[in-house]
Amino acid sequence: MRPTALITLWIATTVSGLALAEGVHPVFESGPVVRPPAESENPADELDRIVLANLDSLGLKPANLSSDAVFLRRAYLVTIGTLPREDEARDFLESQDEAKRAMLVERLLSRPEYADYWAMKWADVLRVKAEFPIKLWPNAVQIYHQWIHASVRDNKPFHQFAQELLVGSGSNFREGQVNFYRAMQDRSPRGMAATVALTFMGERAEKWPPRKLDAMAGFFANVAFKPTAEWKEEIVYFDPTADKDGLHKQAIFPDGTAVTLDPGKSDPRVVFAQWLLRPENPSFSRCAANRVWTWLIGRGVVHEPDDFRPDNPPSNPELLAFLEREFIASRCDLKHLVRVILNSRTFQFSSLPAQDAPEAAIHFAHYPLRRLEAEVLIDALNQITGTKESYSSPIPEPFTFIPEDVRGIALPDGSITSSFLELFGRPPRDTGHQFERSLETNPAQRLHLLNSSHVQKKIEACPLVVEASSDDDALPELVREIYLTVLSRPPTADEFATLQAHAESTAADGRTFAADLVWSLFNQPEFLFNH
Amino acid sequence: MNTPATPPTSDSLRDLHRMTQAFGGVPLTRREAMRRAVYGSAGLLLCEPFSLRAKPAMPAADGKAKSVIQIWLWGGPCHIDTFDPKPEAGTSYCGALDSPIETNISGMRIGQLLPELAKQADKYSLIRSMTHGNNGHETAAYLVQTGRTSERDVFPGLGAVVSYFKGYDAGYKGLIPPYVVLTQPQGRFSEAGFLGPRYKPFATGGDPNAKVFAVEGIVAPGITEDHQRERRNLLGRLNTLGGALPGNATIKTVVDSETQAYELILGDAGKLFDLGQEKDEVRDAYGRTTFGQSCLMARRLVEKGVPYITINYQGWDTHKQHFQIMNRKLPELDKGLAALLSDLDGKGLLDSTIVWCTGEFGRTPKVATESPWNGGRHHYGKVFSCLLAGGGFRGGQVVGASDAKGEEVAERPVYPADVIGSIYGQLGIPADAPLPHPQGTPTHVVPDKSEGVPTAGLLKELV
Repeated sequence: MRPTALITLWIATTVSGLALAEGVHPVFESGPVVRPPAESENPADELDRIVLANLDSLGLKPANLSSDAVFLRRAYLVTIGTLPREDEARDFLESQDEAKRAMLVERLLSRPEYADYWAMKWADVLRVKAEFPIKLWPNAVQIYHQWIHASVRDNKPFHQFAQELLVGSGSNFREGQVNFYRAMQDRSPRGMAATVALTFMGERAEKWPPRKLDAMAGFFANVAFKPTAEWKEEIVYFDPTADKDGLHKQAIFPDGTAVTLDPGKSDPRVVFAQWLLRPENPSFSRCAANRVWTWLIGRGVVHEPDDFRPDNPPSNPELLAFLEREFIASRCDLKHLVRVILNSRTFQFSSLPAQDAPEAAIHFAHYPLRRLEAEVLIDALNQITGTKESYSSPIPEPFTFIPEDVRGIALPDGSITSSFLELFGRPPRDTGHQFERSLETNPAQRLHLLNSSHVQKKIEACPLVVEASSDDDALPELVREIYLTVLSRPPTADEFATLQAHAESTAADGRTFAADLVWSLFNQPEFLFNH
Repeated sequence: MNTPATPPTSDSLRDLHRMTQAFGGVPLTRREAMRRAVYGSAGLLLCEPFSLRAKPAMPAADGKAKSVIQIWLWGGPCHIDTFDPKPEAGTSYCGALDSPIETNISGMRIGQLLPELAKQADKYSLIRSMTHGNNGHETAAYLVQTGRTSERDVFPGLGAVVSYFKGYDAGYKGLIPPYVVLTQPQGRFSEAGFLGPRYKPFATGGDPNAKVFAVEGIVAPGITEDHQRERRNLLGRLNTLGGALPGNATIKTVVDSETQAYELILGDAGKLFDLGQEKDEVRDAYGRTTFGQSCLMARRLVEKGVPYITINYQGWDTHKQHFQIMNRKLPELDKGLAALLSDLDGKGLLDSTIVWCTGEFGRTPKVATESPWNGGRHHYGKVFSCLLAGGGFRGGQVVGASDAKGEEVAERPVYPADVIGSIYGQLGIPADAPLPHPQGTPTHVVPDKSEGVPTAGLLKELV
């Protein structure tokens, strides 16, 4: 390609006409944070007042507000685990509506992918996975996932969600939620108690005094399992006679409150659920609210979100208390909490720190860089290139093959996977710990994205590449289209100049040029990370 | 498929990790990368950029063996058609494969389709009393490669354990990762278990018997080196986010890992996978098959000091058409494995390289003649065989025996933990070397009695 004469016009169309304040990055930021009015009762404003007051007291400055393009991409990624399409990006960036960010949040919350993506997160926590090592049959996994997915889709109040999981009884092929118990690695009363503590209280029982776990085990000593005539079906049920060791007699609530259990009369799990799910019990709501915060903001107020303990205090106690209040006041409405956080300035801080202070990150002074989750990354590559993936599971026989239209975030079963998902840190779903999911970056991943035939074939099939014109005049629009599709923003003048020089020096045809550009953007931190 | 637990790292380790990442943030120049490579700190390719866990508490001593080649007969090969023939059991057991052949060790017979291996029997020993009793592919594969029976924790396989004790944590500096699988991951078995993704094998993909062995991520057919360089050049110039975040530790890890990746893509290290560098006679000797050329590739990896290589040789799950498949596959196995043993020996590498060859179980000695199997064999975990060679193990021996029909262990049972423990021993990894158990439970590489894992003692007769 020859250099094009359109360069002047190009700059005029890519750089915003608005003058930016000093220190505001033209691509990633829109301007300094405007403080919320003191009298506003909007919960997002209150959240920001708490975060900003904490930053002030520590002498830390908040980052600038992110640009529209950054907000767009970030909101899509955290709400629906999906990149905006080119037309969605274009519409949003061109819109002059002052409320467009809030409107986008509402649209995203009603997208079907919201249920797919958040069900994926809960399925990690709830260990939704067939066969090895827990030998859960795929029928059970499917119905377990369906139950979770429907609960997320219908925005079931979270205390009801927890209640159904905690006290469920019945066939694990028919009542999806009973697999909460069936899918535990350790189904002794202590093992069940430890898993319940991890899941709903965000506490790691191995860090408790042993007596505390023994006392909680008493609530789960009457959970029993029995097979049926159907292959690998199991019934999870309350068996008044199961507690041979008399564990129920030493039962004490984890907060130290005494209780007298009578398994002859009623299911001790119900007694436990009543204690756990009272609004005044902080261990349940703070754990749930902090998980949602972590998933949206990238770091917990208590971090990790499943490691609450006295010597791991919240980085901002007022913030945790606010999230907990908001969660309880909305009757455990997860979507409400997501909406409040997404509409806050805090969520919309840019990723460029306002100062070089290591403690800024734990006080949420800027938005952290997080690598896209394995499933989100492969879905993004497929969406951009118009390609698909085939997923299968070799266990148990007969093998399971998933239709190619199913996206990574919608895969129900942790044992249905691909080498890509493994490479990029999909969690094994063995324990329900948050740290099972790896967001590390390593050289094997780099080799795969830089040079694998898997990604190479996708790029070659990408419509933007296949249909790329070799006509010089088409270069600016081609570059713009690729940038909007991959990075959800137009290119800068510098980037365009670099690409123009590349086109000149390689004298490649349009297809090769487009493939080089798509490849290069796939390998940019800006693409690999939510920022 | 079962996947491993990501290693739960203690908070202090995580913090340490963050601190180590927080130094400087300037992307490495190529010269700097080369300098570091020379001084040995760039040898972390294909694993987490910094160790997330404590180093092995007990470093491996210098063992007799330096490397292991595992030939994994995925699906379960039939013991009586390979290393434990039973011609006296009659046609209903042997089918047409009823004429075993003598080897160069007197009294040691093997299956009739393994004539090349028959000439090399002095170099290997056969264990004919392998047993674990499990007939499910995934659990049996787990048992044979971890020695463990636990269904609660997912233990690492021995490849990952060797990588843990002999890989980057132990000073291994190669650009090629310390645990390589040719060519596809096992799928039914989580190689790294609770050791986590850092210890997973690098699966090459591609086909070593193809014109170009397109090692996934390293060799991209259709992209010239010049084009690779042009692209790489573009990469740095379009890093707008990196430019806005100078010194950012997260972006630095991306840039560092990219530098290392290019050492393999464009540097000399990647040339190791170019089998065209071998003479035609050598390639022919191994057999021009995917398996044969994988054996040759394994030898090249051993020469580079890679401590653990698995050849994942699929297609042994022969419920139907068993004998047709054996007629096709056994000559392939015979040629490749025999060439590997003789080549390693000729190059003086056999003494320091363990070769072990088995599958997750054997197959039913009695042929399933009824429909729909019509001459197939099913899973059989009660008895199977294992070939063990090199690395200081004695050759020409037979350990244990099955009964007259290959249906029961007749003498000296050998459990997976016994073989694995013996391999660790030859590598200088002590049986009581601790593994980092996720819940902190004291755990050793070789299971001790308290775990309830069946064991009949290490293979002292071969050492």
